[in-house]
Amino acid sequence: MNIMSEAAVEKALEQKMSDAHFKMVGKDVSVYYGEKRALFDVNLNVRKNTVTALIGPSGCGKSTFLRTLNRMNDTIEGCRVTGSITLDNADVYDQSVDVVELRARVGMVFQKPNPFPKSIYENIAYGPRIHGLARSKADFDEVVENSLQKAGLFNEVKDRLHEPGTGLSGGQQQRLCIARAIAVGPEVILMDEPCSALDPIATAKVEELIHELRTNFTIVIVTHSMQQAARVSQRTAMFHLGNLVEENDTDKMFTNPDDQRTQDYIMGRFG
Amino acid sequence: MSSAAVTETMRNAGVNWHSDEMKARRKARYAADRRLQIYGMIAIAFALGFLAILVGSLTFTGYKAFTQTVATVEIDLSQAKVDPANIGEADWRGIVRNALRAQLPDLSRSDERKFFEMFTSSGQFLVRDAVVADPGRLKGVSSFTIPMADPVDQLAKGEIRRDVPESQRRVNDTQIGLYDQLVQKGIISTPFNWGLFFNADSRFPELAGLAGAISGSFWSLLVCFAISFPIGIAAAIYLEEFAPKNRLTDLIEVNINNLAAVPSVVFGLLGLAVFLGWLGLPRSAPLVGGFVLALMTLPTLIIVTRVSLKSVPSSIREAALGIGASKHEAIFHHILPLAMPTVMTGSIISLARALGETAPLLLIGMNAFITSPPDGVFAASTALPTQIYIWADSPERGFVSRTSAAILVLLAFLVLMNGIAIFLRQRFERRW
Ligand SMILES: Nc1ncnc2c1ncn2[C@@H]1O[C@H](COP(=O)(O)OP(=O)(O)OP(=O)(O)O)[C@@H](O)[C@H]1O
Ligand SMILES: [Mg+2]
Repeated sequence: MNIMSEAAVEKALEQKMSDAHFKMVGKDVSVYYGEKRALFDVNLNVRKNTVTALIGPSGCGKSTFLRTLNRMNDTIEGCRVTGSITLDNADVYDQSVDVVELRARVGMVFQKPNPFPKSIYENIAYGPRIHGLARSKADFDEVVENSLQKAGLFNEVKDRLHEPGTGLSGGQQQRLCIARAIAVGPEVILMDEPCSALDPIATAKVEELIHELRTNFTIVIVTHSMQQAARVSQRTAMFHLGNLVEENDTDKMFTNPDDQRTQDYIMGRFG
Repeated sequence: MSSAAVTETMRNAGVNWHSDEMKARRKARYAADRRLQIYGMIAIAFALGFLAILVGSLTFTGYKAFTQTVATVEIDLSQAKVDPANIGEADWRGIVRNALRAQLPDLSRSDERKFFEMFTSSGQFLVRDAVVADPGRLKGVSSFTIPMADPVDQLAKGEIRRDVPESQRRVNDTQIGLYDQLVQKGIISTPFNWGLFFNADSRFPELAGLAGAISGSFWSLLVCFAISFPIGIAAAIYLEEFAPKNRLTDLIEVNINNLAAVPSVVFGLLGLAVFLGWLGLPRSAPLVGGFVLALMTLPTLIIVTRVSLKSVPSSIREAALGIGASKHEAIFHHILPLAMPTVMTGSIISLARALGETAPLLLIGMNAFITSPPDGVFAASTALPTQIYIWADSPERGFVSRTSAAILVLLAFLVLMNGIAIFLRQRFERRW
């Protein structure tokens, strides 16, 4: 009885603060791939300047949810999204929304590093160029340097900015991709298993980077590594079979989760 | 685990890798590998062998067409009555005959007629054109080369044998005698036959060349490329990147694949009906040839382009879309440039195929007898393969070797184009 009311109070408080704290809000989000339903009425809020980790066994819909946030699912034939997702209280699936703008504001980093087969400089300058964020050579130089600095890559590549980005190591490529996403000045950065193709040292670097980026960006990261989720995130959401099982403070999630399934998954009992 | 221990485990599992049975089994598997290799090598040897036979026999019959027997005759034009203001009007026939007469004077009237027959009948025009090109020659003595008529050319090349009875050869005994006298005087030579490349078609083999056919093919291919390249790429981009996947696009896809397999003669018939029949475009024109070849090339080009677009990894597309590139930016800034080397390779190979295509061009009349190279896409013309077809059909002896030579020229162009395609592929193509 007592516990229930406590939870209710917490919920009310949360609701009150939502406008200020929530960067993106997903309400009753369901996703269908053709006939197949991949997400079931997911309600998940993404807090501002927070790293939110999405965890769960393979095929549970983490990537699917992540890709609804910047409408990358639009590119998949036969994919349908219902429910609502808002970015700063504006529905991203609204008719009037410009996907190009949305994706500039909600950037994405993919599982496999995917730099363009162009120079490091071009990789980063491309986004600002198509969005018209920089005009003069000096502007571009500044954006490129800034983004590389923020991605912690500048010192490693400053002498070879005009060499192909594909010539970097895997970890450097992934940080280049992060720099590329940063360059267009997004508010949210989505990362889908950004470290799964990297060795432990490169992974550590990217994690450190994510930690720093939190001050300026809101980050949502999908990961299969519990340690990683525990290290980099403040909030964690657990998915299972297309349902959101639990969303909680990371600390609580890994010490004392509310849901039995979360407990089991974290303990490695399934997945 | 030591290897002894491994063997031990296997023995426990009941496997004895060293038993005769196992050895024999492995031996049989290796033998199968080797057999497969040998079959492959035999197949390649066959293919190369046939290619060698083809090129070998063409070269054997064709190489003689790359030289032409000519007589070099000195003509003193200062004595001739030529009006410098009106060079074309002069009696060039008389001038040339006098010059030839001077080589072997004292011939009887009937021998003289046989003598003149030994030279190309168009000698007068060649001399006239040479003088028009360089009027300075009117001032004095200069030498002109006059091709020998086909039978004499064949005699010089040993194609007409002297031991054949006179009634069965096209050069009579008198002419052989005269020919030997000319050889003795040292005015006969067999230089490289530039005329094969710079002359247009002619009824006389000694004058016939491929200039008309080569430029006809060039114009046709230009038209073909100008039409099929942009349309093919646009269609492929639409189908691959924009078209919804539904019944209609499936149907279109199946039909494009079918069109790629339609025999080219059908496209020729279509061209005949539509371009010549309905639109009333000129017959034999490279423009129409290009249209028809474009129809034939398009399906292949669309397929090649789609495959190459598809082969660009989706991660690149996602990368571009992920930072807010619009669809067309993702395509034109990233996907198409990466697909372009393959598209170029594919187009060049399709064009090479179009270059060798004969049937559709025959149907739209590009096998006409045309004695000057086309000056554009509207002028009547032949193309290389149709020229080969025409020559192969000609009874004159000289056309036998010229047909082979023309095929060699066509093959050279094909090899060149495929070489460029391979070069592009090696140089620019990305492997993922
Ligand atoms: N393009 C697609 N077409 C059809 N079904 C899809 C597609 N993408 C994903 N799915 C299905 O949707 C469900 C959720 O997939 P999703 O990729 O979101 O899982 P995930 O949690 O990211 O898994 P993983 O951890 O393996 O990446 C899966 O059952 C998957 O088979
Ligand atoms: Mg995934």
